[in-house]
Amino acid sequence: MADTNYTITGVNGPVVTVTGGRSLPKMSLVRVGELRLPGEVVSVHGMDSVVQVYEDTAGLMAGQPVYPTGQPLSVMLGPGMIGTVYDGIARPLAAIESMAGCFITRGVDLPALDTERKWDVTVELKNGDAVTGGEIFARTRESGAVEHRCMVPPNVSGTIEDAKPSGAYTVTEPVAFVADGHGGRTPLTLAQIWPVRRPRPAKKRLRIDRPLFTGQRVIDALFPVGKGGCAAIPGPFGAGKTMTQHQLAKWCDADIIIYLGCGERGNEMTQVLDEFGELVDPKSGQSLMERTILIANTSNMPVAAREASIYTGMTIAEYYRDMGYHVALMADSTSRWAEALREISGRLEEMPAEESFPAYLPSRLAGFYERAGYMETLGGGEGSVTVVGAVSPQGGDFSEPVTQNTRRYIGTFWALDRSLAYARHFPAINWNTSYSEYFRACAGWYEEHYGAGFGELRARMMQLLNEEANLQEIVKLIGADVLPDDQKLVIQTARVIREGFLQQNAFHKTDTYTPPEQQMAMLQVIMRLYDRGRELVARSIPLSQLESTGVFADLCRMKFGLGEGKTREDYMALVDGAADGVMEANV
Amino acid sequence: MIRLEYTGLSEINGSLVALEGVTGVAYDEMAELSLPDGSRRLGRVILIDGDRVVLQVFEGTDGLSMDGVNTCFTGESLRLPLSREVLGRIFSGAGEPRDGLGPVYPEERRDINGSAINPVSRQYPRDYILTGVSSIDGMMTLIRGQKLPIFSGDGMSHNELAAQIVRQARVAGSADAQEDFAVVFCAMGVKNDTAEFFMNDFRESGALSRCVMYLNMASDPIIERILAPRCAMTAAEYLAYTLGYHVLVVMTDMTSYCEALREFSSSKGEIPSRKGFPGYMYSDLASIYERAGMIRGKTGSVTLIPILTMPSDDISHPIPDLTGYITEGQIVLGRDLAGRGVYPPVSVLPSLSRLMKDGIGEGFTRADHPDLSNQLFASYSAVMDARSLASVIGEDELSPTDRQYLRFGDAFEREFIGQGQREDRSLEQTLDTGWRLLGLLPRSELSRVSDALLDEYLK
Repeated sequence: MADTNYTITGVNGPVVTVTGGRSLPKMSLVRVGELRLPGEVVSVHGMDSVVQVYEDTAGLMAGQPVYPTGQPLSVMLGPGMIGTVYDGIARPLAAIESMAGCFITRGVDLPALDTERKWDVTVELKNGDAVTGGEIFARTRESGAVEHRCMVPPNVSGTIEDAKPSGAYTVTEPVAFVADGHGGRTPLTLAQIWPVRRPRPAKKRLRIDRPLFTGQRVIDALFPVGKGGCAAIPGPFGAGKTMTQHQLAKWCDADIIIYLGCGERGNEMTQVLDEFGELVDPKSGQSLMERTILIANTSNMPVAAREASIYTGMTIAEYYRDMGYHVALMADSTSRWAEALREISGRLEEMPAEESFPAYLPSRLAGFYERAGYMETLGGGEGSVTVVGAVSPQGGDFSEPVTQNTRRYIGTFWALDRSLAYARHFPAINWNTSYSEYFRACAGWYEEHYGAGFGELRARMMQLLNEEANLQEIVKLIGADVLPDDQKLVIQTARVIREGFLQQNAFHKTDTYTPPEQQMAMLQVIMRLYDRGRELVARSIPLSQLESTGVFADLCRMKFGLGEGKTREDYMALVDGAADGVMEANV
Repeated sequence: MIRLEYTGLSEINGSLVALEGVTGVAYDEMAELSLPDGSRRLGRVILIDGDRVVLQVFEGTDGLSMDGVNTCFTGESLRLPLSREVLGRIFSGAGEPRDGLGPVYPEERRDINGSAINPVSRQYPRDYILTGVSSIDGMMTLIRGQKLPIFSGDGMSHNELAAQIVRQARVAGSADAQEDFAVVFCAMGVKNDTAEFFMNDFRESGALSRCVMYLNMASDPIIERILAPRCAMTAAEYLAYTLGYHVLVVMTDMTSYCEALREFSSSKGEIPSRKGFPGYMYSDLASIYERAGMIRGKTGSVTLIPILTMPSDDISHPIPDLTGYITEGQIVLGRDLAGRGVYPPVSVLPSLSRLMKDGIGEGFTRADHPDLSNQLFASYSAVMDARSLASVIGEDELSPTDRQYLRFGDAFEREFIGQGQREDRSLEQTLDTGWRLLGLLPRSELSRVSDALLDEYLK
């Protein structure tokens, strides 16, 4: 019947039980049934193994053969990944489309890379060179923006033999061999294979001392995420998680973006594809897709592949990190991944913990987020993986297990707020409940790029926002009119900060990205207004006089003005003019 | 190939039956159960465990006995017969004719579970649909290929709103839009009068001949309720991608669907998640909703408007919650507006259309549309603050600006949100009304709009 001793004995959704011969190695890849659907062994009991299948299992029968591969679930890494859209187990979706049409069919077995295409390679090592894992042996231009640096696989070292000259090679042709001195010879190809669930090694973890600059004011100025750090964006639906992720993917200063659509909407991936293809990266002058890799496992694609997708994304991110790049991994959304874990756990009849998530949810989350970091690579360079994970808590309730457990492993928390979103205050990051642990470590970077005194300005802004939050409690009860002028000034200035600084329009031509010096200028102007306002209040001049000059409303629109050519000095003059005018009128 | 017939059952539990000693049966395969009285029921394989097979029986298991039932496996999964003739027909939730006109002669038979659209094959939806309803067109514009649910509550006018959308929906500027326009209506666990209401409305507007209906009434078996939306989406995909129609799918009521899913899950003995709903409800709902969309190189489109009644009006209940995470926005109806007699009672602040931003503005609707809607949202949200303050300190104590907000709020609800059930407003009417109402507020409060636009539109 079949050339294998393994047969299917049971099917329950994506979970298939297999029996026969010796038990299959845990976490190894198998092909199930006559359709050869890919699956992974998740548990082993004597002769029986349980397999989670990455595709719909309709049509499988008891008695059909199962083909072991002996390999763990792996991804082929090499040139050609940039600009590609993959599914959760790294099959290129465009290739699937050309094979099967616009609906996804099952049992497709495709490598992540095009094995036919020849790459123009510069080989950098010669015979006799001693190499160790992680060393770069060849370079090729992968996209307009990215140079692909082919590395000796991490676990290989020895002496180079049979090195080929620079020229055109496919990803599987050996360009040299590494002799280990004991008769073993490993071919060096442009591509290498790595199991997705095993972190790629680095020499050592370095201290995080600079932020991932994003051009988003509320993020950069208030709650930055360090390069190599982890951030979480939890929020109810409609609060702008995906929007924020898109903005970061567009504007952040990483070299490579991995955008992971994990159990989310299909149209969002299409939007990323469309939009990123058109947008130009200000740094390289190339289309944004030239630095982006998409992994699309939408909500209606198989749930087991969704579970694997975050590891696929992370492995690709680590691979580019090892080349010395700064990589940002956007995972949208980790809650869908956790739900996939829960669904499979339920089918395996495991003992459920909180909200029927499996008890190993925290350790899996930790395992994922801990793969981020700023590293010294094996090759001697520096690279980082920054993770930004969206969390979709049920009912927007942050006390649910995924949000709670995620908080323990991340350093920046961008709490999205439903009421801000209802008022169309975007990004709807609540400044009172969000936090960042990275600002202190990055203080030096800020003094250098924003200008001296930024730390102090930021602290004053935070304090004003905080005071305003307290005052608003009173305003809700008695109205703003009865407050004394100094408190009114706090409320008015905080309003300028909220509407003029924190609010940012992603669809506006210039407002969508704000460079550091401009963020600094805005804060300086706003604080000048506050200081001048205090002077007036100290002289018992009614605040309403300053308000009637319209300067508060003008500063709310400063973000647009700065984009249209006005300068910091113009606005300083505006503030001083308004304050001086009021002052003179009261002499 | 010879098909074996199995006699007797080994277990009956809820809508599930188990058989033992079965071989050569595939997961998801259909089976036919023959009862001693000659009647037949359909079942589907949902679990294989060695030679034991568990079937879900579509028409329910009442009246089945352990012996006396003969089961025959059909060798394929549930397929829906499809052809152009389905237009104008009425079917049950399982796709059986319900109008007494006999079976459909199929051009094609399709698996009702469908396959996922390859994300790279999707076309990003950008053509807006004009519904003639100001609150929707102005502030949560519906886009062709979008999935935009209506979150409602019992007793509110969601059915009237859905019917009005079906009646008035058109793509601006295309005269022949009516020609290739089709409606798929799917009722799950609804009362007979609800189905009757839609049927009458479609008949009056002449939509009935371009409409396919899959009806599962409140008293019909729950397994068919689980199949109904899948049949509807399969028909919609066929009409859109094979025949090139622009299909509008209306589904009501997703709450009944989810409850059927819960009932079915608990009969299988699965571990429940929040409020007893199964842990895979997100994936399950996604497998329905995500079938909406557009495909590159195909003329048709599938636009989906599911209706759900939020249990006790709670938007954080798992059903609206998971739906909101999958769909591209939501239209939320509010009890307080309905109570004040506003039709349609669209609560604009929690409502949203995610695809709106790329389908409005210059080149699509009108250049001022994005900023105007942004400003209306912001101003209306300030109305809420003013109202809650007024309820504490009284309207007389409010500042003049807050009082202006109250006036704006009332006018906005009456004239912008509120309109007649037969009133079909043009886009210009909607946008101009918006500007006129903003004129009730002091100019300094309108910080979301540029000075140039204010000069142009604010009179």
